[in-house]
Amino acid sequence: MRAPSDGWAGRLDMTDTRRIAVTVNGNTYERRVETRLTLGDFLRHELRLTGTHLGCEHGVCGACTVLVDGRSARSCLMLAVQAHETTITTVEGLSDGETLTPLQEAFKEKHALQCGFCTPGILMTLSEFLNDNPQPSEAEVREAITGHLCRCTGYQGIVEAALLAAERGRKS
Amino acid sequence: MKPSPFIYHDPRTLSDALSLLGGLDNAKVLAGGQSLMPMMNMRYAMPDHLVDLNRVEGLVGVTHSEGRLHVGSMTKQRDLEVSADVAAAFPLLREALRHVGHRQTRNRGTIGGSLCHLDPAAELPAVCLAAGADLHVAGTGGERTVAMTDFPLGFMTPAIRPDEIVTGISLPGWPEGHGFAFEEFARRQGDFAIVGVAVLIAADATGAIVRAAIALCGVADRPRRCPTAEAVLIGEQASPRALAAAAAEAGKIDATSDIHASAPYRAHLATVLTERALARAVGRLGRAP
Repeated sequence: MRAPSDGWAGRLDMTDTRRIAVTVNGNTYERRVETRLTLGDFLRHELRLTGTHLGCEHGVCGACTVLVDGRSARSCLMLAVQAHETTITTVEGLSDGETLTPLQEAFKEKHALQCGFCTPGILMTLSEFLNDNPQPSEAEVREAITGHLCRCTGYQGIVEAALLAAERGRKS
Repeated sequence: MKPSPFIYHDPRTLSDALSLLGGLDNAKVLAGGQSLMPMMNMRYAMPDHLVDLNRVEGLVGVTHSEGRLHVGSMTKQRDLEVSADVAAAFPLLREALRHVGHRQTRNRGTIGGSLCHLDPAAELPAVCLAAGADLHVAGTGGERTVAMTDFPLGFMTPAIRPDEIVTGISLPGWPEGHGFAFEEFARRQGDFAIVGVAVLIAADATGAIVRAAIALCGVADRPRRCPTAEAVLIGEQASPRALAAAAAEAGKIDATSDIHASAPYRAHLATVLTERALARAVGRLGRAP
C-alpha cells in the first residue's frame, strides 16, 4: 500500500488496468483498459466512435450523453470499467445505414443543429424521452433537454424537431 | 481531462467493500459518480483507491412496511422518481427529485451518494431532514443508525467515517392526506438551488395544523430545519396569515453570501419559497397523493 505522501511519483508508476467486454451499437468489443479511462474516452479513443462528443468533461454540457442499458447517461461521468457487460447505444447506433430515424429527419428539417457539437447528446436524450413519452407537451420537451447546452440554435429548432418527430410517431 | 491514477475495486458484497475501506489509505467510495467523477476529472479529488459500490448486492430497492419507506442507498434517483411506493408513501420525495440535476444524472445518481456528498444546496438532504429520516450505516465494527438531524456536521461534512458506508435510508411515513411541497429557486432547471424548501404538514379534523416540518437547502453551510417556523403553525388553522408568519420566521435563518447570491437575498427567498410551499401543502391536505 502506498502512503498518500508518495505524491505524483507514486501515481505515475501505477497503471491499473482491466479487461472489459462492452456491447456498443450491437457489436461486442473486448479491450484491456486503464481503470481511470472514462466511458466517453473509451468510445472515442479505443473504439473510434467519434460521434459521441466530449464538451465540458464534468457533467454539465450533456454533449457526451449515451444510452447505457437504454438509459441516458453522461459518458464523461462513468468509467469504461463500469460499462463492463452493459449495452451502450451511441449516436452511430441510431440510424439504419443511411436511413435516419424520424427524430434525426426532424432535426434536419427543423434546422435543429448548426455546428452540431451538442447534437449527438441531445439525440440520445430525446430518443429515450420520446420512447417513454411519445406525446409530450412543449414544456416537457424543454424540460427534457435542460441537461444540454446548445450555443447555436437557441433551442427553438430542437424543440420543434422533437415535437415534429413525436407527431409523426403518432401518425405512423 | 482524466482522473489521476487510482486502483479500482468493485466488490460484490458489503463485507468485502467494508474490508477494502478499512484496509486502504486514501480510498473513496464511488456511488453514482455524478459528483465524485467531476471532482476526479477536475482533480479536486485524487483518491489512490476507488471502491465502486455499483456491483455490491443488497443496496438497491424500495420497500414500504410498518409505516416507513425503506430505500437502499444505491437506489438510483430516477428509480425513486418513478417508484409507486415512493409516490404513495412519500410524495414529497418524488416532487423534490424532479429538481435534482437532470434525467441523465438521475439515471446514475443515487440517494445515498447525494446524502454523503452533502452539497448544502442539494435537495435530497433537505427532504430527509424534513422527514426525520434515519440513515443506516455499516462499518467493519458493525452497524449503527444515525438520525438525519445529526448527519450534517458542517459544510459537505457528513457524520460518517472513511471506513463506513451508508446502506439505507428509512423515512417515517406521514399520515394519509398530509400536505407536502418542495419549492426551489435556481437559475436554470436542474441547477443547484440558490434556495430550496421542503415542507410537510398534517392537520386534524377541525383543520388545525398538528404537525409541521420545514427544511431549507442552499441557505447555509448545510441543510437546516426551521423549528421556530414550524412552532408558529402548530395549533393554528391554515390561514394565509399563519402561513405568512411561519414563512417570515423561516426567513430569519442565518443565511450565507457567495458569488451566486447575497445573504439578504437568500433570506428573502427562504421567506417567499416557504410561504409558497406551505400554501401548496395546505392545498393538498386531505387529498390522496
